[in-house]
Amino acid sequence: MNIELLCQYLIAGLTYGTIYAIVAIGFNIIYNTTGIINFAQGEFVMLGGMLAVTLDAFFPLPAAIAGAVIITMLAGALIEIGFIRWLKSPSVLRMVMITIGLSIVIKAAALAIWGEGVKSLPYFTGTAVTVISMGDVHVSPQILWVIGASGLIVALLTFFFNHTLLGRQMRACAANMDAARLCGIDAKNMVTLSFVLSAGIGALAGCVVCPITYVQYDSGTNLAIKGFTVAILGGLGNSTAAIAAGLMLGILESLSIWILPTAFKDVIAITILLLILFVRPSGIFGNAEAARLKEF
Amino acid sequence: MARAKYVQILLLAACVIVVQLAATAADKTQYLTQLTMAGYYSMVIIGLSLLMGYTGQISLGHAGFFAIGGYTSAFLTTYNLLPHKDAPAVTVLAQCGMLLSGKDLYDADILVVQPWAACIAAVLITLAVAYVIGRPVLKLKGHYLAMATLGFGTIVYKMVLGTSLVGAADGLSDIPAFQLFPGLSLSGKSSLRIQNYYIAWGLVIVGVTLLLNLIHSRVGRGLRAIHGAEDAANAMGVDTAAFKLRIFVVSAVYAALGGVFLTHFNGGIGPSEASIMKSVHYVAIVAIGGMANLWGALTMGVALNFLSLRGYFGSHDDSVFGLILVAVMLFAPEGIGSTGAPTMIRAWIKRLGAREEPAP
Amino acid sequence: MKSVRWIIVLMLVCMVYAFPTQAADTIKVGAILGMTGPASFLGAPEAKTLEMLADEINKKGGIRGHEIELILKDTGASPEKAISFTKQLIEEDKVFAIIGPSTSGESMKVKGIAEDGRTILISCAAAESIVNPVGRYVFKSPQNDRFAAIKIFEQMKKMGITKIGIVSSNTGFGKGGKDQLEKLAPEYGIQIVANEVYDKDATDLTAVVTKLKAAGIQAFVNWSIEPAQAIVIKNARQIGLSVPIFQSHGFGNIQYVKAAGGAAEGVLFPAGRLLVADSLPKSNPQKAVLMKYKHDYEARYKEDVSTFGGHAYDAFMILVKAIETAGTDKEKVRTAIENMKGFVGTAGIFNFSPKDHNGLDLSAFEMLTVKGGKFVVYSDKAATKK
Repeated sequence: MNIELLCQYLIAGLTYGTIYAIVAIGFNIIYNTTGIINFAQGEFVMLGGMLAVTLDAFFPLPAAIAGAVIITMLAGALIEIGFIRWLKSPSVLRMVMITIGLSIVIKAAALAIWGEGVKSLPYFTGTAVTVISMGDVHVSPQILWVIGASGLIVALLTFFFNHTLLGRQMRACAANMDAARLCGIDAKNMVTLSFVLSAGIGALAGCVVCPITYVQYDSGTNLAIKGFTVAILGGLGNSTAAIAAGLMLGILESLSIWILPTAFKDVIAITILLLILFVRPSGIFGNAEAARLKEF
Repeated sequence: MARAKYVQILLLAACVIVVQLAATAADKTQYLTQLTMAGYYSMVIIGLSLLMGYTGQISLGHAGFFAIGGYTSAFLTTYNLLPHKDAPAVTVLAQCGMLLSGKDLYDADILVVQPWAACIAAVLITLAVAYVIGRPVLKLKGHYLAMATLGFGTIVYKMVLGTSLVGAADGLSDIPAFQLFPGLSLSGKSSLRIQNYYIAWGLVIVGVTLLLNLIHSRVGRGLRAIHGAEDAANAMGVDTAAFKLRIFVVSAVYAALGGVFLTHFNGGIGPSEASIMKSVHYVAIVAIGGMANLWGALTMGVALNFLSLRGYFGSHDDSVFGLILVAVMLFAPEGIGSTGAPTMIRAWIKRLGAREEPAP
Repeated sequence: MKSVRWIIVLMLVCMVYAFPTQAADTIKVGAILGMTGPASFLGAPEAKTLEMLADEINKKGGIRGHEIELILKDTGASPEKAISFTKQLIEEDKVFAIIGPSTSGESMKVKGIAEDGRTILISCAAAESIVNPVGRYVFKSPQNDRFAAIKIFEQMKKMGITKIGIVSSNTGFGKGGKDQLEKLAPEYGIQIVANEVYDKDATDLTAVVTKLKAAGIQAFVNWSIEPAQAIVIKNARQIGLSVPIFQSHGFGNIQYVKAAGGAAEGVLFPAGRLLVADSLPKSNPQKAVLMKYKHDYEARYKEDVSTFGGHAYDAFMILVKAIETAGTDKEKVRTAIENMKGFVGTAGIFNFSPKDHNGLDLSAFEMLTVKGGKFVVYSDKAATKK
């Protein structure tokens, strides 16, 4: 394998790695604030893409994407208010099952609204075949959009959590819910905010990746599995580690097809998940202490 | 009291017989087909009910064990060993009487494994997999446990989907009938329908009996202790890890048996039996039936699977189960029989007290 | 115990309510299709087509004065549901005939049940094993995958291609094509130097096509459906793989061309003539049927017509024609189908026989390509003129 082929693989791996990382960050935000793993996270990505495609028929592309993100954030808020908010200290088992049930219901709703067909957004710049070439390495401009959007999301979130009052309040809730409440922070609203944020970043990721991967009513499931593999790989709750873990998984998957039959590519992600869970559940970067801190 | 437990089982047997007679009388024996299939799915459900209810371990991958059982039996009874008939392993099998000659679809000669030997192989393989997976998985808690079992289920699904040896996406067909005893044959032929109905429910009754024995034994009391307060149980010397593993393996074997039998009844198996949606179906049924409630899970399992297999839910099959899961978990996490549960628990406790036999 | 009593009650209740409604004097046609789930690209258009046709025929007064009662069941491509529904349709609803299933895996499992129940089954799935060995009551309407593969190889031979790659998805559809391609390649002197199966939900196939490029192929064949078939050709063009790309007949929907954008230009694929109905000469025997189907379907459902829906059209209309010819006796209708010759369908012209329960041959396929975002018939002259 020559260096250019390797670069081609690396770029493919990087692209998908960043998407997995964004989904993982979505998991982490909700987990940190509430201790819940939201199995419906993948559906937010799907909804972002689907809504953008529908809105694109009536509005210019940027407005369609903005609209999709806002509507998905609203959906996230509604889910939290409707299904999570009024539960009194639910057990982990119960929450797992509720969010799984919710992801199924959202999929069914998507099927009813948009049908079973595959949909796509137009490429942001150029067409399906424009490429930026560096030697024998070819990259579609949309990939740069994906990496750029992911970077922007991470930057905005870092700013939000470190330099805004609301962000610091959310971190306080994550660190110690009772103490935060005693300080006058409205914990219930922080929980809703965490869902809104997760939904928003999921939707944006969905829009940006839709031209490359298309979107279908059931595209959320696979993404969710990869997403929480990455979240656990990096240590649940640790979003910076999630980024690194996401890139690692993406590249590993991409390079794997040289050795394994392609049909088993997904099995790799899951095997890694199982190995990590059995050997080091706090993640390769995490340790139990850092996990307890639940920092961004 | 042992008596109460046997009464319950006899009532179940009576129900089974009554339903069959009613169906034959009303000339609706066709319903027995879906009831038979629902019976085999119930094997998975009662095992899962034991696992989730009595040890509090969720499993989102139990369809994987069903598939391992079904596919092993399907593969062994259809894979032609004739080209390899001189290999040492094959000659050993032949000498043990485990092979069967026959003809395939195109009337060519084939040599396959006998269904009973395939069944034993399926159970052994499931046992092995359950032990190997169970040990590390059961050490996990909460989300991690859920994800690990989800991961296991997904691996099984992707593997059967991607392996052409087991038919990949098409699955395996033309599975031969399973001759249980001379005159009693497990197959999907319409003429053998009543026979097969009793085979299915016979299996379920035996399964329920064994589980009830387990629940009311020393092991069962240990389990209830674990479910109540695991640390306290550990402190009292109950080996919680060993108990949990044992129950996990038992529930896996139940699922595998359901898989083997249903595969022979259907005459085929496809990757859809291993899918995550199937696992979620099972979990939803156990949740609505009441997690520690064997009878509730059984009832709900039969009812929901019967309706689903008859197409009552139409294209909305998956969303019905999803809604059930959400609704039950939001409003009645102890299951729909939760009004009955306190009475049942009280009855069990009474029985427990009445059963104070001197230690052997 | 209380719950055990519930079992009896529930079962009896179910039985009472499950009493099928007896409509007088209708011809019941059952359909078991995968309308949702992994085969929805097959089942959904098939179901819509059947509903459209049943309505149309009923408006005209039915067949021989009998109305058609269509009983649609969604299997979600699960074999166990297919088995259960088939038994239900045959024994309880006592249907006259069954259309479907949509996938080969399901069809193989219900073949025996249809034979056992002596009910006509016209499958919409492509596997040859559905009609080989021939079952008295089992027919199929799609062309054999083998002919699609042959069409592709004949074209490759004309173009002087000897080294190819095959990529397919892990669905029944993909497997069917892959098997045929592997079997027939040696007969045309073609060597398969790269052979990859990918997951149908794969969102990026750059790694796969890079591997193909590294293997030095002169062309490659992709056998899958959306979205993978659009993604793979995009990725291939993006990394600069400019060799001829062949697709399966699953590419036959203009939506897929739109999805793939510029990457679809020049892609070759064998398909029924439904997709180029507009450009067929008036003398073509299929033109009238194709234009009417296309026009009616697109007007009613506001979506592009697909060749998969056409399989259901053919199955249903064959049944209708047989009933019109032979009456409402099942055995007579079965014989009528078996002896039908020259039936003009969307997939081609059917010529059944007791040994051939499919009725189509190589002439059912036409090699099509994409030019300017539209389907056109491929002609070597036009290509070399470029």
